[in-house]
Amino acid sequence: MAIQTADDNVNEMNEWQGALDELKGLVSERALTGETMLLNMGPHHPSTHGVLRLLLELDGEEVVTCLPDVGFLHTGIEKNIESKTYEKAVTLTDRMDYLAPMSNNMAYCLAVEKLVGLDVPKRAQIMRVICMEMTRLNSHLVWLGTHAIDMGAMSVFLYAFRERELLLKMFETLAGQRLMGSYIRPGGVWRDFPPEFMPQLEAFLEIFPARVDDYEKLLTNNPLWIDRTQGIGVIEPEKALAWGITGPSLRGSGVAWDIRKSMPYSSYDEFEFNVPLGEHGDVYDRFYVRILEMRESIKIIKQAIKKLPATGPFRSENRKFVPPPRGELGRSMEAVIHHFKLWTEGFAAPDQEVFSAIESPRGEIGVYIHGTGGNKPRRVHFKTPSFIHIGALPIMTHGHMIADLVAIVGSVDVVLGDCDR
Amino acid sequence: MSVAPALDPIEAVKNAYPQAVEDVVEYAGEITLVLNPDYLPAVARYVRDTAGLVYNFLSDISAVDYFPDYNRPGRFGVSYHLLSMLYKRRLRLKVYLPEDEPSVETVTSVWPGANWPEREVMDMMGVDFKGHPDKRRILMPEDWNGHPHRRDYPLGYETPMFSFNVEEIMKHKPKARE
Repeated sequence: MAIQTADDNVNEMNEWQGALDELKGLVSERALTGETMLLNMGPHHPSTHGVLRLLLELDGEEVVTCLPDVGFLHTGIEKNIESKTYEKAVTLTDRMDYLAPMSNNMAYCLAVEKLVGLDVPKRAQIMRVICMEMTRLNSHLVWLGTHAIDMGAMSVFLYAFRERELLLKMFETLAGQRLMGSYIRPGGVWRDFPPEFMPQLEAFLEIFPARVDDYEKLLTNNPLWIDRTQGIGVIEPEKALAWGITGPSLRGSGVAWDIRKSMPYSSYDEFEFNVPLGEHGDVYDRFYVRILEMRESIKIIKQAIKKLPATGPFRSENRKFVPPPRGELGRSMEAVIHHFKLWTEGFAAPDQEVFSAIESPRGEIGVYIHGTGGNKPRRVHFKTPSFIHIGALPIMTHGHMIADLVAIVGSVDVVLGDCDR
Repeated sequence: MSVAPALDPIEAVKNAYPQAVEDVVEYAGEITLVLNPDYLPAVARYVRDTAGLVYNFLSDISAVDYFPDYNRPGRFGVSYHLLSMLYKRRLRLKVYLPEDEPSVETVTSVWPGANWPEREVMDMMGVDFKGHPDKRRILMPEDWNGHPHRRDYPLGYETPMFSFNVEEIMKHKPKARE
């Protein structure tokens, strides 16, 4: 190890001064004179929900400026997809938002289908709806548990994860994987629902509404919870729209915008459900919107079970894009050719660009794909709600206490894998 | 509340800014207006504020690199994905930027939420946004060289080790100092 000299110290001081210069214009003048304090919260802080660093300028305990710093979990997924064929990239999309992997699959597959003009059979669309709503429940349960534990309500966390375990077991039945199933593929889903899946789902729907009542008993009218959440982190509807906020965080401010309702995809227009809205745009409203959304998701899954055709294809039968089922390979030469072509080379997509967006548990996930005319995309870009919401944290946190900051970060439901990709 | 009838975005922008629209691409039900970069903030403000268009929401900003052989007006394409919540439709504004010093005016004055998406494009694609309030890198470390999402930036990988090549790889593999 090198011995530190006085010169090194001077250099370090200069470097530090440089970093502070960079913050000029971002923090107030008072921080540069030392009147207010600059403090790091994170990247290793339990209530930042992952590796998020918040650079805070504090006046006493009050937040003057909050500068989020992200990128600690950047894994180059978009760059990686450029070297994969369209179907093989599905497994990478799971790994972005690890609490709602199927939403990512869905957003990506819809964009691919739009790019190549591939139709999805009706039955597959309904199956996708069931998966997506299960994912929504899964994600909201983790959010509820962690949000509550941030504010000191320990038991909600344990209850929420008990129910999440049931959902994860069902995902395992479906896709063989608890978290990253990659179950939704271009053209439909990977395989048919296995026979043991439906009884599990029905048993879950039997018990789950009462469990949501339990969460509400613990939180909704709890005076401590209300004290910590009402009037905190208010964001007005105009501001929320200007800053690009979507999903439950936008609906908490009273803007009736849900892509499932407004620009339906995957047969969502055939389902009856309400879009819960908040009034004040504070932490409590964002919490309550999500609780109501869980109840709406149950409604949607119940309708989907009724609507699901007993038989029919679960994946498109366009063999130029979708590999044939394994059983056909022994009988048909064409099936062998298609199988070989699709798993080695993949399918080609035109040199065009598309953008498609869906309503994920966190907000709008948009996928931009630009093809090359060949079997690999030129560029794939994911617009992820967490990225946009963390960018909007400064305006929500201004003037609040540090303790409220924890509540605000929890209420916009950020996932750092989703943010950094 | 009465709602103004929806206007055709192509016609409306062409009438208001005849020099701005360089090309119109329609694919898979999506409209892309290719604009002259100089007019971008003006057109953005126009489509946001005009009754009948009201593209009030900026969904995303994404950039694409057409390296190596592009037969397009520029090497980089920056797309602005807009959404009209009133008329439930989307529009894409696109600008092509040259290989040397790609740069375009920021739209943070139109949509403050463009701040982070523009920072991401600056960081990952090396496109400069003139007048952006915060030009620090966002996803990559501050001292990073290059812009990873450019097509001439190598992906980088490690060769998988098998019994036949393990010795060859171990010869070159960097190790922690002992």
